[in-house]
Amino acid sequence: MITAEFDYQRVSSVADAVAALQAGGEDAKLLAGGHSLVPLMKLRLAAPSRLIDISGVPGLAGIERDGAQWRIGALTPHARLAASDVGLLNRVAATIADPQVRNRGTIGGSLAHGDPASDLPAAVLALDGSVVAHGPDGERTIAASAFFSDYMETALAPDEMLCEVRVPAMDGYGFGYEKFHRRAEDWAVVAVAAAVKVLDGACVDVRVALTNMASTPLRAGAVEAALRGQPATAEAVAAAAQRAAEGTDPPADLDADADYKCHLARVLCERALVAALAPA
Amino acid sequence: MSATAEPHVGRPLRRKEDPRLITGRARYVDDISLPGTLWAAFVRSPEAHASIVSIDTSAATARPGIHAVLTGEDMADLAGPLPMAWAPPGVEVNNPPHWPLARGSVKHVGDPVAVVLGEDRYAVVDAAEDVIVAYEPLPVAIDPEQAIAGAPYVHPELGTNQVHSWTLAGGDLEAGFAAADVTIQRRVINHRIAGAPIEPRGVLADYRAGALTLHTSTQVPHFVRLFVALLLGLSEEKVRVIAPEVGGGFGAKLQVYGEEIVACWASRALGRPVKWIETRSENMSVTHQGRDQIATVRMGATRDGQITAYHVKILADLGAYNMLLTPLIPSLGAFVMGGCYKIGAVTTEITGVFTNKCPTDAIRGAGRPEATHMIEVMMDQMARELGIDRLDLRRRNFIPKEDFPAAVATGVIYDSGDYVASLDKLLEHVDVDAFRAEQAQLREQGIYRGIGFSTYTEICGLAPSRITGPAGVGVGAGLWESAMVRVHNTGAVTVYTGTSPHGQGLETAFAQIVADRLGVDPSVVEVIHGDTGTGPEGRGTYGSRSLANGGEAVAKATDKVVAKAAKIVAAELEAAPEDIEVSGGKFSVKGSPEKGMTLAEVAGIAYIGAVPEGMEPGLEETTFNDPENFVFPFGAHACIVDVDTATGKVNVVRYVAVDDCGNPVNPLLIAGQVHGGIAYGIGQALYEHVVYDDDGQLVTGSFVNYALPTAAELPNFELDHTITPSPSNSMGVKGVGEAGTIAATPAVTNAVIDALAPLGVDYINMPLTPMRVWRTIQEAQAR
Ligand SMILES: Cc1cc2nc3c(=O)[nH]c(=O)nc-3n(C[C@H](O)[C@H](O)[C@H](O)COP(=O)(O)OP(=O)(O)OC[C@H]3O[C@@H](n4cnc5c(N)ncnc54)[C@H](O)[C@@H]3O)c2cc1C
Repeated sequence: MITAEFDYQRVSSVADAVAALQAGGEDAKLLAGGHSLVPLMKLRLAAPSRLIDISGVPGLAGIERDGAQWRIGALTPHARLAASDVGLLNRVAATIADPQVRNRGTIGGSLAHGDPASDLPAAVLALDGSVVAHGPDGERTIAASAFFSDYMETALAPDEMLCEVRVPAMDGYGFGYEKFHRRAEDWAVVAVAAAVKVLDGACVDVRVALTNMASTPLRAGAVEAALRGQPATAEAVAAAAQRAAEGTDPPADLDADADYKCHLARVLCERALVAALAPA
Repeated sequence: MSATAEPHVGRPLRRKEDPRLITGRARYVDDISLPGTLWAAFVRSPEAHASIVSIDTSAATARPGIHAVLTGEDMADLAGPLPMAWAPPGVEVNNPPHWPLARGSVKHVGDPVAVVLGEDRYAVVDAAEDVIVAYEPLPVAIDPEQAIAGAPYVHPELGTNQVHSWTLAGGDLEAGFAAADVTIQRRVINHRIAGAPIEPRGVLADYRAGALTLHTSTQVPHFVRLFVALLLGLSEEKVRVIAPEVGGGFGAKLQVYGEEIVACWASRALGRPVKWIETRSENMSVTHQGRDQIATVRMGATRDGQITAYHVKILADLGAYNMLLTPLIPSLGAFVMGGCYKIGAVTTEITGVFTNKCPTDAIRGAGRPEATHMIEVMMDQMARELGIDRLDLRRRNFIPKEDFPAAVATGVIYDSGDYVASLDKLLEHVDVDAFRAEQAQLREQGIYRGIGFSTYTEICGLAPSRITGPAGVGVGAGLWESAMVRVHNTGAVTVYTGTSPHGQGLETAFAQIVADRLGVDPSVVEVIHGDTGTGPEGRGTYGSRSLANGGEAVAKATDKVVAKAAKIVAAELEAAPEDIEVSGGKFSVKGSPEKGMTLAEVAGIAYIGAVPEGMEPGLEETTFNDPENFVFPFGAHACIVDVDTATGKVNVVRYVAVDDCGNPVNPLLIAGQVHGGIAYGIGQALYEHVVYDDDGQLVTGSFVNYALPTAAELPNFELDHTITPSPSNSMGVKGVGEAGTIAATPAVTNAVIDALAPLGVDYINMPLTPMRVWRTIQEAQAR
């Protein structure tokens, strides 16, 4: 691995990390699990002048139920999330790559990286989650809907650190995550996350989000609207899923052109909704 | 051997190589460090085709720790360009010069333009970014069918993109088609794939005191030595090439690469060892690739299923340059174009075409997977056309067992075969009727399951010299193989082989062969390979040749040792040499095993010199083995797939392989080769594809998008075998390194077509990616 030259610094608190980001300027980068950043550095597609290693900051790897929400520390590795009770996110995390990646990669890194092909962003978006960021001016909370701004771009300022992810507990919901990829360890070609609440046979709440269907993760608003209030039947799901590609703008790539991605979104949406409606 | 001692040959002995490999004690090129080494980094073209206007090396040279930045002009004293070793009699091959560092123009992305040499591995990569090359982009030729039709030209001075054209015809094709009631034609594509060894290439060159030592990750140290010597103007014996542990080759290391020449040249020029380790990105863009053929295939048959004529016209995309054997590779398939069928007229016409891509050359199977894919897919297509069961059609056309050795229309003699036996054996594992019932039931649940077959034969064990050499096929080297067997004072044995294994397990197989013959345990037999400075001249490892040719050489050299030992023992025991046998670990007189001598005792006499009168002391022998014929492994494979018709994704649910590689030396090694081979074939059929865009940019530059299958994508392979000894060597063995790859792609493809038949899909070309499969279903449904 022949990266460009960089300085390396280990920090042991959030405050130190933020200070180091400020001192390091534009080209300083936080290093968490390293499983998105380091591959880019290896290919010299990224060449940060300074790496601020936050992996040893205590207290940031953990999952806690706090009333009606889950609080997930930024350094929580995918493997821990996969083994947790956090609805939707646990099944999403289990689809990420292989055990090595799941043991090293963190939820904070995954969200901060802002890759629309990553799995956790769409899931957090589907749940109307939020992130807690620390910067020179203190703490702020950013709603997931305002967090992903463009391809590999987020609302985080260069001197902000993502410290926590919060998602509602979603008690009584059913979940589905359908990820289409060529090999078990691959990123999604397209994936669909769904959370549905059924009361008296009707879908009273429907959340659907799409992975890799645009430059950011997207909510499939048309599907949600079409299914909300409808009976929880296969027919209603199939009809709603037909609208999964509305408002998307999927980039063509090696494995899929835009048409095929839209088709996949509809197929996967139906499957994700069916899974979400399946008895637990 | 005594009645109780089981021979080692035939047993699934665990690999002698493995302890060092799995404990990290093996030494690859990158593990070897020499004091004072300079690192090399190459500056490579980002353009697919361009003239080099200028190269500014000043900033790079000025960086700390940088010793030199060399360009093609600096190496003007090279005796010639990189070699192409195929000169088929009577065939013209356009062969424009291919320099280790570009001279004047670049022809594909990754073409090396300059090399930076410096003291630190990181510093040279940094400095390489500071070499400023001004390119004047030229129009590119990417699509092979457009390229063969005319400009733009890859090598404008040729006025054509055609490399060569070559035909192999046997039988009366016209009469064959005239006799046919049904003729079908398909466009069959064998797309471009990569070798993708897990260890990329690496070189460490050390020129000192008038002699050169080159460590390189290669399959062919002797060929590399020859061409390094020729290009650098050194006498061949002054060059020692060592292939240390080599982490896979798959044909991609059967090559003489520019980086090898540059490292040697620079070491001589700078008086320092020079080391270069390839990155994965480099491996994907500049290490030779394989396949890439578009074929128009015509097959004629009578109504009752007799194949009467077979005509294959191949357009082979050879990339930007001819490398060591580039234009020859498609021809290797031509010799077995008719597969295991008795077809009176078979013609193969090959046209090679230059494009602005990485050159192609031998990749696992080299020509034979393409040929097998074509004939086996065509057999299914013809069966459907005739309304005859696919396996029945095959049986009706199999070369019958009685015909072997069988002269076929392509002019070669298949040494052995029993195709009915291998198919019957396969069907013991696969109950087709039960499968059809299950298939029908699953279809009712919306699950599309299909079964595909491939009954194959191939030509391997590359030798003999009279056919492969200059007067035959036209390779500039006779492909014999050597061995030297040395018995030490201790009774331990060292074997030197001219083959150069790189993962196959030959150290174990060869030790088994020697151990039985000398009455010792395989653990005391050490096999030395891949070093031109130790054993005799050799030819390397490729074309599934190492056992049938190199192993046979080992057996013969060992037999010579046994013959000498028998004379020594006969003198000691006062018996006739003919009456000495090796039994229970001893040389003894037949019938009286109690009075015997161990190999160590025999060696003691041989080295003390107390040998019978007229005999030289010592106990070692050398052989050069040049067999009479190739070997022809064969078998029958079945693949069962499920296709998710909503997404187009194919999942292999079962794979059963029956292979016949003659007498098995080590079933464990065979299984390893067959497993890897099938994975390679499934990989090509479903996952792997080297893709260039219209501008000649490589899209699949890493393992993120060059999709090698992993264990998660592959089923448990179910293996069985038949045994039909080869008459081409004394051990009755055949190669098995490529068989799985050769057989697998049509089995997978035929299975997918079978699965989708109810949806109206009757044909599809590889790679069977989800999008392609889904589109094919959509098109069939729209018809
Ligand atoms: C082979 C392979 C396959 C993969 N497959 C998948 C897949 O299928 N699905 C998937 O979703 N992901 C996949 N990944 C990515 C993996 O999940 C990453 O681990 C994850 O996306 C990033 O987390 P990290 O902790 O490794 O972040 P890092 O690589 O350390 O950092 C990524 C980016 O986020 C920034 N960052 C990190 N932490 C913070 C923070 N707390 N605050 C602010 N900025 C921060 C860094 O500065 C950097 O810019 C794969 C990775 C590999 C190597």
